[in-house]
Amino acid sequence: MTAHPNFRVDIYQNEFLPEGAREVNAIVTVASDSSSPAVSQTGPSVAAAEVIIVDCSGSMDYPRGKMIAARQATAAAIDALRDGVAFAVIAGTDQARLVYPLQPGLVAADARTRAAAKAAVNMLKAGGGTAIGRWLALANTLFAGTGSAFSQPSRPPAIRHAILLTDGRNEHERPEALAHTLSVCEGKFVCDCRGVGTDWEVDELRRVATALLGTVDIVADPTGLEADFRAMMAAAMSKAVADVVLRLWTPQGASIKFVKQVAPEVADLTARRVTTGAQVGDYPTGAWGTESRDYHVCVEVKPAGVGDVMLAGRVSLLLTGTGGQDEVLGQGLVKATWTDDMVLSTRINPEVAHYTGQAELADVIQEGLEARKTGDLDTATAKLGRAVALATKSGNADTAALLAKVVDIDDPVTGTVRLKAKVSDEDTMTLDTRSTKTSRVRKSS
Amino acid sequence: MTDNSVIEGAPGACPDCGTETVAGDRFCEECGADLHLVVAGMPADGDARPSPVCVACGGPEIDADGFCTRCGFSQPESRDRVELNLAGAAGVSDRGLRHHRNEDAMALRVTTDDSAHLVVVVCDGVSTSDRPDVASKAAADTAADVLLAAARAGDDTTTATRSAVAAAVAAVTELNEHNGSGNAPACTFVSAVVSGGEVTIGWVGDSRAYWLADSGSECLTVDDSWAERMVESGQLSAADAFADPRSHALVAWIGADAGEVEPHVRTFRPDRPGALLVCSDGLWNYLWEAEKLAAAALPAALDAPFRVATELTALALERGGHDNITVVLVPCGHPGSTRSTES
Repeated sequence: MTAHPNFRVDIYQNEFLPEGAREVNAIVTVASDSSSPAVSQTGPSVAAAEVIIVDCSGSMDYPRGKMIAARQATAAAIDALRDGVAFAVIAGTDQARLVYPLQPGLVAADARTRAAAKAAVNMLKAGGGTAIGRWLALANTLFAGTGSAFSQPSRPPAIRHAILLTDGRNEHERPEALAHTLSVCEGKFVCDCRGVGTDWEVDELRRVATALLGTVDIVADPTGLEADFRAMMAAAMSKAVADVVLRLWTPQGASIKFVKQVAPEVADLTARRVTTGAQVGDYPTGAWGTESRDYHVCVEVKPAGVGDVMLAGRVSLLLTGTGGQDEVLGQGLVKATWTDDMVLSTRINPEVAHYTGQAELADVIQEGLEARKTGDLDTATAKLGRAVALATKSGNADTAALLAKVVDIDDPVTGTVRLKAKVSDEDTMTLDTRSTKTSRVRKSS
Repeated sequence: MTDNSVIEGAPGACPDCGTETVAGDRFCEECGADLHLVVAGMPADGDARPSPVCVACGGPEIDADGFCTRCGFSQPESRDRVELNLAGAAGVSDRGLRHHRNEDAMALRVTTDDSAHLVVVVCDGVSTSDRPDVASKAAADTAADVLLAAARAGDDTTTATRSAVAAAVAAVTELNEHNGSGNAPACTFVSAVVSGGEVTIGWVGDSRAYWLADSGSECLTVDDSWAERMVESGQLSAADAFADPRSHALVAWIGADAGEVEPHVRTFRPDRPGALLVCSDGLWNYLWEAEKLAAAALPAALDAPFRVATELTALALERGGHDNITVVLVPCGHPGSTRSTES
């Protein structure tokens, strides 16, 4: 019996609804703790696999330092691999080339293989195009264990993580081909994506990261890559369970308006539902270490009578076992109680309000930047002004600071702003990439 | 899962009127009794609804948290709606529409031998105290057991009623020993013992007993309330007293902080067929005049007390259901008999 992290599920909602109301909103906070003795003992033995994908397209040589920084960052990531983690390095151009190991497959990390991998990485040269889908497809093949380099080739390691670095657009592959590869790779591994420089497409990389349940960020200055790779690898190595799903039971006749991750960043999971029963659907959440994530669940139910109490949703976090048996790691109940007491039904739940605002914040930033790009300056001003007001109100200081680089702020409370005449690509892309980062609810003391 | 949707009071017969029923019938053809709700005669231990069938959609499965796995409807806690249909007495206790739990409790005890004793206790937990629901249940169960034992032993019912109140006070006081905060658990109390053609009523607080008959209906109890005190002492008219916001304030109750509890005890011998009604203020807040209660309950209460208890509860719910509602009816078919004519 493997020890799994403790999962704590808390529900924040105002369960009191006015007569006839249908919509039930709840924030589900999930905190996993893998630092308990039972888990740390088994921690290192959790089978993990890591694939590092480095963009080696021709543009990586402009400026010169980019390719050098990418090599150094990849070497740092290799050094951060835990002993025994099966790994590989892929060089990405308009083709995908296995840099290390030499034979197709993954090899277990140890002093010798790490050194050999770093030597291979050090030889990487820029030259060629960009076809991200092909890179991911090769990674998927490696994770699937067809190379038979595993001790147990029939069973891929539980934790499968990739790092993808690119500096440009996906120019040598049709968008449909990338979309198809993403649909094939979904659920097979988690992929954190990084864009270096400012010539890559935020939307494109966000699509990859979202589909593969990873993060996306900008590293505008190549010298920042090494620290970023090291941090990403540390996070990946701390994962204790993989393939955790959020299972949502809803009453007969209910409809699910949405299921979103809202912290640490916004990711809409609604369309990711896999129906597993008559009233049950699973949403993928990927791998977990010691961390906390919040979800916003919105369900429409058939209203009952005043005084009636209904279970509007049962949220479970569960491990979909490779052995076939699902294991419930934690669960919470979303309730609805109809009342004619206005004081109760009009009470606003601070968590729901906060994250509703944070999700809107991400939307208005992306819409505002898009409008700015297309020259619709009125819309851009209105949307980014709204974003400033939301960021200010919710205390999202990081996003507020990024917004201040794109607009001049006259009044942060009302969101009265003027578009800056000159804004760097880096500032625009940073704001766009990090628009989905949310601030946590400030807990009242 | 087996089909438990019909729980029969007596196999093949309507427990209210005795008419033969057809398996699967929802209502009795003769008297209209709801066969799904009828519960076999067991002491009022609160588990009067053993059915795992969802009360809202009829779904077959209730999860460990008490919700239907199909429609999500929260199943009534055992005390949100308690229904008892015994040979000789019937009672309904309902949470009402405004309270989030049922703090009323009722206990019925009926002897099945020839001695024919019947005991009813209704207690109403004081909402502002701690754990009023626990207090009312402890008081009702304890007192009912004392009264039944005394009746079986042939003890004097007036003395037994005082002992029952004392035992209830002790039981509720004991709850306070595990209680950290300052609001000692508390409840009201009304008991009735029907034995040998005589009815003995005991009470503390504002839960009531009524005698309902074609003539001579009356409220047998006088509330231990601020309003009654004002009327009794001649300081206010009944109209003025009951219009005062303080009217319902209790001047006596069962609890650790109640001081010396001196119950009122009254014995009554019916001289005609009628029904004894024992209830909490969740009912009499809406219908308090004995004649009007009699008009609503009779003559059906003589033959189908369960149906009438259900109807009176429904009436209180229709009029707002602001408080927990408990209604117990004991038909007294003819003078000298305590057994109803239901069998």
